[in-house]
Amino acid sequence: MKRYGDRNAVDGVDLDIRRGEIFALLGPNGAGKTTTVEVLEGYRARDGGEVRVLGVDPADGGRRWKAELGIVLQSGAGDSQLTCLELLRAQAAYYPAPRDPAEVLELVGLTEKAGSRGRTLSGGQRRRLDVALGIVGRPRLLFLDEPTTGFDPEARRQFWSLIRSLRDLGTTMLLTTHYLDEAEELADRVGVITRGRLVEVAVPSVLGGRGQAPAVVSWTEHGVRRTAETAAPTAFVAELATRFPGEVPDLAVARPTLEDVYLRMIGDPA
Amino acid sequence: MTMTEERSLPSIGSVCRTRAGVELKEFFRQRESVVFTLMFPVILLLVFGAVLDYELGSGVSFTQYFMAGVIAAGILGASLQNMAIGIATERSDGTLKGLAGTPMPKSAYFVGKVVQVLVVTVAIVVILLVIGVVFYGVDLPSGTEWLTFAWVAALGSAACTLLGIAVSSLARNGRSASATVTPVALVLQFISGVFFQFSEVPTWLQTIAAVFPLKWMAQGLRSVFLPDALAAQEPAGSWELGRVALVLGIWCVVGLVLCVRTFRWQDRVDR
Repeated sequence: MKRYGDRNAVDGVDLDIRRGEIFALLGPNGAGKTTTVEVLEGYRARDGGEVRVLGVDPADGGRRWKAELGIVLQSGAGDSQLTCLELLRAQAAYYPAPRDPAEVLELVGLTEKAGSRGRTLSGGQRRRLDVALGIVGRPRLLFLDEPTTGFDPEARRQFWSLIRSLRDLGTTMLLTTHYLDEAEELADRVGVITRGRLVEVAVPSVLGGRGQAPAVVSWTEHGVRRTAETAAPTAFVAELATRFPGEVPDLAVARPTLEDVYLRMIGDPA
Repeated sequence: MTMTEERSLPSIGSVCRTRAGVELKEFFRQRESVVFTLMFPVILLLVFGAVLDYELGSGVSFTQYFMAGVIAAGILGASLQNMAIGIATERSDGTLKGLAGTPMPKSAYFVGKVVQVLVVTVAIVVILLVIGVVFYGVDLPSGTEWLTFAWVAALGSAACTLLGIAVSSLARNGRSASATVTPVALVLQFISGVFFQFSEVPTWLQTIAAVFPLKWMAQGLRSVFLPDALAAQEPAGSWELGRVALVLGIWCVVGLVLCVRTFRWQDRVDR
C-alpha cells in the first residue's frame, strides 16, 4: 500500500493510490495536477502536509527511491543526438535492475526506430520513446503526465494498449490527463482536481453520481425526436417496444458520460 | 510482478563512463557544436596565418604569437562557450529535469561534461598545433615549456568550464546563452591579445581584459610559444606566470562557488 497526500501549493489533496492500479488525475489546466504530481516525484518541495511515495517522503528520496520510479514528464525528453537504442541504454545504466533496452523498444513499438535519432521521430513516436525511457528502469510506480497530448486517435489507441500491457506487467501508474475518454479507458479510479482541491475520487463508472443518474432514452415517433429520462430504462424500453410493430425507430439509451459529470464537477466550486 | 531481488545501484564509476560516452556523442554528432567550437579556431588560424604574415622582431612571426592566442580562444570555446550554451539548452528542453528524476548520481553528469571538455580541448589543441607546424612553420614548445603549457591549459580550462556552467544558469535557453556568450567571448578575444598583440591594446582595455581569464591564458601560453626576449613586450615586462596561476586559480574558486549556488536542474519558469 502506498500513501500519497499533499496539502500545499494545491490547497487540499488527500488520496491513496493502490499497488497495481492505474489512477488518473483529471482536472482543467492550472488546477494543480502537475504541481501535485511534481511534489510526488520529488521535483517540488511542499509547504506542508504528509506525503509518502513507496513509503518514502519524496523530499528525502535518494537514489534507491528514484530507482523504483519512472517519470514521463509533460515536456518529454529533450533533443538528443543519440539514437533511441543509445538513449535507452544510457538510461538503463542508471538503474540497478533495468529492462533490456531492445525489449523495451519492442514493447513501445519502436524497434524499427532503434537506430534513429529522437528528432526524426513523429510526435507519437517521441512520446512512446519518453515512455520507454520511463519504464526501462523497471519502475514499480510510473508517472505519466499528459502522455497523449497531441496524438491522433489511432496513435492514442496504440498508446492505450501499451499502458494496459504495462499494467499487466504489474506497474502502478499515476496518469494525469484532460482527456476523459482516456481516463475512462485506462483508469481503475479517477480523481478530479480543480482549483487545487481534490473534489472526488471514484471508479470512472460511478464518478459524480454517474452510477445512479437516470438514463436518457430517445427514439423517433411520428417523425418527431422524443426523449425521456428514466431510472428504469429496461422496463421503459420494453413498454416502448409494445407501441411499435417492429424496431423502435432510432432507439438509443444513454447514461451521462464521464465528460458530462466532469464538466459539472469542475463548474461548481467544491 | 514478482518481487525483484534487491540489487545494488550501479557504481558511480560505471554511470560516469556512461555519461562520458553520452556527452562525447552529443558533442561530436552535432554539426553546429563541432563547426562552432572545433572548426572556428582552425579557420581563424588558417585565415590569420595567411593574411597576417609579418615579423614581430627577434625573428618571430605573428603566427607564432597568434598560436598562443588561438589556442587560448579554442580552450575558451571548448569550455566556457560550450558549457554555457550546452547546459542552458539541456535545461530549457527538459533534459536536465529528466536526468534529475533518475537515480543517476548528480556528480556523474558533471564528470561527463568534464570529459567532454577535456576531449574537445585536446582535439582543438592538437589540430591547431598540427596546422601551425605544417602550414606556418610554428615552433613547438620544448622541454619544460610543455609543462607550462599543460598547467596553463588545464587551469584555464577548469576556470572556464566552471564559469560556463555558472553562466548557463543565467540564460533562458541555449539560443539566448549563445546570443549572450558569443559576443562577450568575441570582445574578450579582441582585447585579450588573441587577434593582435596585447601591447597594442589601449591600456584601459588591457585593464578590463586583465579581470577575465582569457588574457591570462593567452599570456601564459605566449610564455610557451615565444622566446623570452619577447617577454619585454608584455605589460609587466615579464610573463608573470605566478600571476597567471593566481588569477586562473581565483576564477576556479569563483566559478565553483557560482556553480554550487546557481545550478538548477529545472527551468526557472515552470509551466
